[in-house]
Amino acid sequence: MAMSQTEPAVAETQAIPESAVSTRNITKFYGETEALRDLSLEFPRGQLTSLLGPSGCGKTTLLKIIAGLLEPTSGEVEVNGKTVTGPGPDRAFVFQDFALLPWASVLRNVAFGLEMRGAGKSEREAKAEHYIKQVGLAGFENAYPHELSGGMRQRVGLARALAVDSQVLLMDEPFSAVDEQTRRKFQEDLLALVLNENKTFIFVTHSIEEAVYVSDQIAILLPRPSRVHEIIRPSINRESGAANIRRDPEYLDIVDEIWASLRSYVE
Amino acid sequence: MTLFGYRLPGMSSLLIWGLLWELVGQAGLTFFVPPLSEVIATLFEVIQTAAFQKALAETAYAFFAGVFFAIVIGIPVGILMGKNRLLDEMLLPWVNVFLSAPLTALVPVLMVLFGFGMKSIIITTTLFAIWIIILNARAGVKQINRSLVEMAHSFGAGPWDAFSKIYFWAALPEILGGVRIGVIRAVKGVIIGQLLISIVGFGALFELYSANFLMSHFWAVLIVLFALAFTISEFLAYLERRVAYYAAKR
Repeated sequence: MAMSQTEPAVAETQAIPESAVSTRNITKFYGETEALRDLSLEFPRGQLTSLLGPSGCGKTTLLKIIAGLLEPTSGEVEVNGKTVTGPGPDRAFVFQDFALLPWASVLRNVAFGLEMRGAGKSEREAKAEHYIKQVGLAGFENAYPHELSGGMRQRVGLARALAVDSQVLLMDEPFSAVDEQTRRKFQEDLLALVLNENKTFIFVTHSIEEAVYVSDQIAILLPRPSRVHEIIRPSINRESGAANIRRDPEYLDIVDEIWASLRSYVE
Repeated sequence: MTLFGYRLPGMSSLLIWGLLWELVGQAGLTFFVPPLSEVIATLFEVIQTAAFQKALAETAYAFFAGVFFAIVIGIPVGILMGKNRLLDEMLLPWVNVFLSAPLTALVPVLMVLFGFGMKSIIITTTLFAIWIIILNARAGVKQINRSLVEMAHSFGAGPWDAFSKIYFWAALPEILGGVRIGVIRAVKGVIIGQLLISIVGFGALFELYSANFLMSHFWAVLIVLFALAFTISEFLAYLERRVAYYAAKR
């Protein structure tokens, strides 16, 4: 019901909100190597879009271009109608390896983004404490990253990104370095986050199940050079509870279809 | 280490070497080695003399000034070399040359350039200490986790924030290691400077005592110097251990 190419009717039955982020004709070369070719994508406001594809398909490169951490060779990125020239307060990044300051407490790590944006000490610590509670780390404010498990560290990274209250959250395989059970919990929490926070999420993953589980829209990228193969908008009914999503026939169908189109690209 | 089931405190072996020294001294094998007990008695005598205190003050001044310049120049230069490829290519060969060069041979050149006073001694001290500090700060920055830098950048950190809040702290374990070795080298530098450039401070005392065959005085001052250098080095090692908890987890 959701394959946009096979069933174009989806776009009409299900109104797509306006885009918070658009990438237009992005091409990226690393020296001689073409990492992205003429890639255009729309990221609807208030929704979660996954970039899914085999390794080497340039999904992290695209995310970093949107973040302003990398410059595209040609093409442009627009966030809320403004062209991206570098990192900005409208976007916050969640890193695959957490990227926490190992010499700083959880509180200071979560407040770091606010610190960089010039917020006063008491203001940023109050905000940081709020988001530490929200991600379920209350009581660990004064712990150091090396004292936390991988899952807890990523909660710190998430709280840091939420604390700066950016409109767009960029997540680079945020759950790939945590164990399976923690990952499932994270995915459930992420669904709640998308529902409650009115933010646009761009989510890079190499897990098909994860993408189908959390996404409103999935962009499947294929490698060498990277291009958008297909855009899928799953219409799984998520209201029936997180536990039921994985039993939804549509969930299972989409996972199978994506695997069918990706399998030939996996060595 | 444990011996017969007892746990020995650190550096217990010094007792054995001290005892051996005392025996050799008491046996009167050579005038060069007076008994340790005599040296220690002389030590307490010497440190009360005005000559010693003046020497200590002069040496401490040259030492701390030299180390100060080595640190405030060495750490930023090392960090910049670690960050900037071009600067690294330009400076690294020189740093390596000076690190392994026999700096003592350069001292006469410094005397020509900067005169025979305190200035040359301080510069000599700095030259002994600075290269390893630069190299270590550079190494500390080289191994920094790229995503920490990206993280700071993505939250809008400017160059100064990145320098003072990311690079410096990420490289701190290596920087402290470099400062510790640099300080030990600076002790060598200050004494060599005092011996070669102008006969002041501890250098003057060594010169005076050895020329007059006052061996117990000579050894007493050497022990004081060793103890001071050791204390500073241990203090820096303590600071290093304070940051060691994250050294392996960056």
